[in-house]
Amino acid sequence: MLEDANVKTLDKVVVRFSGDSGDGMQLVGNIFTNVSAGIGNQVSTFPDYPAEIRAPQGSLGGVSGFQVSVGSEVHTPGDKCDVLIAMNPAALKQNCKHVKAGGVIIVDIDSFKESDLKKALFVTDDPFKELGINAQVLEVPVTALVKNALADSGLDNKSVLKCRNIFALGLVCWLFDRPLESALHFLKNKFAKKPAIYEANAKVINAGYNYGNNIHASVSTYRIETKDARPGVYTDINGNTATAWGLIMASEKSGRPLFLGSYPITPATDILHELAKRKDLGVKALQMEDEIAGVCSAIGASFAGNLAVTSTSGPGLALKSEGIGLAVIAELPLVVIDVQRGGPSTGLPTKTEQTDLMQALYGRNGESPVAVVAPASPTDCFTMAFEASRIAIEHMTPVILLTDAFIGNGSSAWRIPDEDEYPAIKPPYVPSEKVAECSWRPYDRDDKTKVRYWAIPGTEGCTHRLGGLEKDYVTGAISTDPVNHERMVYTRREKVARIADDIPGLEVLCDADADTLLLGWGGTYGHLRTAAQELCCEGVKVAFTHFRYINPLPLNTGDVLRRYKKVIVAELNTGQFADYLQSKYPDVEIRRINKVQGQPFLMSEIKEGVKNIIAEK
Amino acid sequence: MEETKYTAANYKSDQPVRWCPGCGDHAILNSLHKAMAAIGVPPYKTAVISGIGCSSRLPYYMNTYGFHTIHGRAAAIATGFKVANPDMTVWQISGDGDGLAIGGNHFIHAVRRNIDINMMLLNNKIYGLTKGQYSPTSDRGFVSKSSPYGTTEDPFIPAELVFGARGNFFARSIDVELQVSQEVLTAAARHKGASVVELLQNCVIYNNGIHNYITDKEYRAERTIHLVHGEKMLFGKNMERGLVRDGFLVKAVEIGKDGYTIDDVLVHDAHCQSNFLHQQLAMMDGHDLPLAIGVIRDVDSLTYNDEVMRQVAEVKAKKGFTCMRDMILAGETWEVK
Repeated sequence: MLEDANVKTLDKVVVRFSGDSGDGMQLVGNIFTNVSAGIGNQVSTFPDYPAEIRAPQGSLGGVSGFQVSVGSEVHTPGDKCDVLIAMNPAALKQNCKHVKAGGVIIVDIDSFKESDLKKALFVTDDPFKELGINAQVLEVPVTALVKNALADSGLDNKSVLKCRNIFALGLVCWLFDRPLESALHFLKNKFAKKPAIYEANAKVINAGYNYGNNIHASVSTYRIETKDARPGVYTDINGNTATAWGLIMASEKSGRPLFLGSYPITPATDILHELAKRKDLGVKALQMEDEIAGVCSAIGASFAGNLAVTSTSGPGLALKSEGIGLAVIAELPLVVIDVQRGGPSTGLPTKTEQTDLMQALYGRNGESPVAVVAPASPTDCFTMAFEASRIAIEHMTPVILLTDAFIGNGSSAWRIPDEDEYPAIKPPYVPSEKVAECSWRPYDRDDKTKVRYWAIPGTEGCTHRLGGLEKDYVTGAISTDPVNHERMVYTRREKVARIADDIPGLEVLCDADADTLLLGWGGTYGHLRTAAQELCCEGVKVAFTHFRYINPLPLNTGDVLRRYKKVIVAELNTGQFADYLQSKYPDVEIRRINKVQGQPFLMSEIKEGVKNIIAEK
Repeated sequence: MEETKYTAANYKSDQPVRWCPGCGDHAILNSLHKAMAAIGVPPYKTAVISGIGCSSRLPYYMNTYGFHTIHGRAAAIATGFKVANPDMTVWQISGDGDGLAIGGNHFIHAVRRNIDINMMLLNNKIYGLTKGQYSPTSDRGFVSKSSPYGTTEDPFIPAELVFGARGNFFARSIDVELQVSQEVLTAAARHKGASVVELLQNCVIYNNGIHNYITDKEYRAERTIHLVHGEKMLFGKNMERGLVRDGFLVKAVEIGKDGYTIDDVLVHDAHCQSNFLHQQLAMMDGHDLPLAIGVIRDVDSLTYNDEVMRQVAEVKAKKGFTCMRDMILAGETWEVK
């Protein structure tokens, strides 16, 4: 057992699985994550995969990676990994820069033949030397050991080789003292319809585990600390699934059936997949003929009385602009999900960015205000999808939910909320006395919120006509009157602005009394918060706050910003949120930390950026 | 059938109709009010959804739920509406530009999906609201403000698109044929699935007389044929002419001439699964063969919205979840105490 081995005790470790995009790295990464979450670790994952489904085997372009951090107080998948699994030379070349000094690299040495090295463009026959690797390298003949383990299985060679990833998983489970029973359970579910494949994988995972056990003297092994989490029932969830489930919760809490009109687009398609499965909960998810039909079918469903949603990524949001404008002028509830990716145009489809903020805020013709919210983490996608739905329905407006590839694909352990944890959502139905008196007009509003009442088609006494043409403030009939138009423009604007009365204020974390405030928005929360905490631990005084409500901004935003001498906005774009805040608060001097590489921040980048700004006179 | 309780007046809104005097849309609107009264679905159970263009103003003149949306998207919006609220009867109004140019993709997919909506295509072969550009149904060589030397492209024939998209209901009428319009609109509403009704309509300002070859009173009986399911395909002032088979095709003959008798004349079968003959009938343009009006194809098939509801009911019954929490707890979870 582990006690007599060389055990490192860490509060968290980072593991990165890498191989060809056909090697099953995402699968073993997910199983390792689930097994770790199941024994009480916090988890955070970062799938890093190529846009090509199957690039040429062994090529640098075809490398697929899955990084996971497990342990206690885990907010990010980590900058660099403690253990890298590289199934071939290309994976080693692409990923060795992600390994910590003194970390461990496990390679399948059987796939490091001369021809393999050539495919990965190595020029010498010693890839480790050529890359200048100073980590411990564990050369494991994975292919040979798998073939050996499955010699009597009767499987053909191709099927045998497909089990290589599971051998690596077995080895990693040994390395981190994970229970194999739990991994076997996941494999059994995965291969429920292929018992022969399950049997083969069960043999191979044991072979991997036993191999580790037999050679353990030669490598550091780890025991990962767990920290008591809030009691409850947990599951592992990624941001896209959390988004889908948050919408379902909002449907249950509002009594309005859930409708999704969508079109496949990376990295948002998993939301469509999940909601398509949820016919078991009455969800109607339509794959439409294009992005425009996605938003338009949702607008039709909203007019018809559903909680209507469309999901997409940046290029799709561009196509939906005119439709969103229709929902603005018709004052219909609509949730638009943009899982942001690298742009412009097709850009970096599988990589993360925060570059659609301006498009979300302003990317429509005319004065066309919408609410914008942005979840902070994979699990926060649940809360903010619920919030987007609540705001859309209660304030009769389109709401854009800006997630991103990083939190959409990343996962963490999530406590399943209790029934009463989320509030009831109250649709602003036409007051019954107005229906009875026949005195209701389609643009009658609540005085306090400026919200238009919602008449559900099929209701007797509420027939009415909506449309994209400007309407009279009082009668709701078509109007081209200049003064009326201006009044309607300001009314729609005011309606969205008053949502600020209905959202939480900003919280300041870390050293609230510092002179410097670090802030961000959306999916960078984990990295920024961890960096701020680490800075404080190192004696660098910094306060931290994070925005999840973008339009309108929380009411205390100005108060918070003005409390600090230096305000630093860190974001994965060239400064869109910084510009936005600057336009709202011209008296605050905003400084910036930006990165636009299609990759999340590294904590080290943020810390260095903050230190540099603090050092400026 | 439930007894009709409503009159055409119940479907009219209080808004003044703002189409040009003499526009064919007035007659079509009247036909629609009458058809709705004949169908008897209450105004509050009826939704009328349009795109952009002259004809798309129509929802404002209906005392129903109505939505005047954006250019080309009415079919997609109507699709979402019908799936979300399947108890409503949904009408979708488009013109030839709205429905077949900017909205062409939504048009063919709504037909292919067989969503249960009634799609009215008002075809005046021109863009009226933008003041006179050629449309995707304008004939080759048509001179307009955007084709001063004549167009250099062939038009769509709406029926051909409908059949290409595997449509199961296609009917046609002309603005001035009030009775036929009312008949085909009523049939469209009774058909379950996507029903396309092409209405040839005159634009009195920018394309006046475009359908005159067909609509001219003097020749209308010779140049059109009113098809009715189960009846002989006869036309002419005294119904003296008929359509007969001619190898793979049909041809027009005079009864009693060249050895043709009434027994040779084809009987219209709108419910025939094969669309082979329907397509030939729909492609007749009034020149060699009379333009067909009436219900040309009306075949029952699974509708998209019914199938969605069926799947929802089946999967719900099979899984038996009462709420999302049940669904999540049925998956992989662990407990922290």
